[in-house]
Amino acid sequence: MTQIPFEQGLMLAGLLFALGLLGVMVRRNLLFILMSVEIMLNASALAFVVAGARWGQPEGQVMVLFIMATAAAEASVGLALILQVHRLLHTLDADEANRLRG
Amino acid sequence: MIALFYVASAVALVATAMVVTRPNAVHALMYLVVSFLAVALDFWVLGAPFIAALEVILYAGAILVLFIFVVMLVDEGPAGVAREKRRMTPGGWVGPSVLALVLLAEVGWIVFQGDATMTAAKVVAPKTVAIALYGPYLIGVEVGSYLLLAGLVGAWHLARGKRAARE
Repeated sequence: MTQIPFEQGLMLAGLLFALGLLGVMVRRNLLFILMSVEIMLNASALAFVVAGARWGQPEGQVMVLFIMATAAAEASVGLALILQVHRLLHTLDADEANRLRG
Repeated sequence: MIALFYVASAVALVATAMVVTRPNAVHALMYLVVSFLAVALDFWVLGAPFIAALEVILYAGAILVLFIFVVMLVDEGPAGVAREKRRMTPGGWVGPSVLALVLLAEVGWIVFQGDATMTAAKVVAPKTVAIALYGPYLIGVEVGSYLLLAGLVGAWHLARGKRAARE
């Protein structure tokens, strides 16, 4: 039973988070932006699990449950917003949706 | 086993990089499923089997199904069919399949070793998590349930549409 180095687990979480952040900044399709936000939430959950495993405490996994609840609420509201944007503008380009009045 | 962690991490990184670079939403979603499954395997190796199961059920299951519904709803008729034909070319599904097979090989290896204590970290049992969740963090559970209720009402209100709102 070899322990996974704490730093490597955090590095993986950091890399995944950076990839998600890159997606949010580079992509202009709202669907891809929402997917990238999910990736970032997932990466932060991984960081919590790595930290929980490092000290053998349940708190890391408790936080992951809260993150999952947040991600579920965020995905449902975000996807409903995407449907509304598509209904109003017939596109998913984030730059087209730059006015609050449709 | 530390090799399991490295392979699953590599799969997760490759799949995630593919998600943010694919032009096609369905291709990206396939890679996103693989990415979540790889992270679930990482959770298991890190000694969090309960969270690994939830990752598969909630992220790779429920949230991805929501995304697929929306992709289907915002897809438009004949142009969508033409795109669907182009989608069935091997370029779309070979990559995710290969990455998923790597994960399947890892899981198969774990199963056939017959040793459920192969996690690289000390397992934090679901029971410990549940006792912490419903003990000191009970207020967080309540707040989380309020958040989910707000998400439910918000999604219902937003997805209802203008015509239904006027009636």
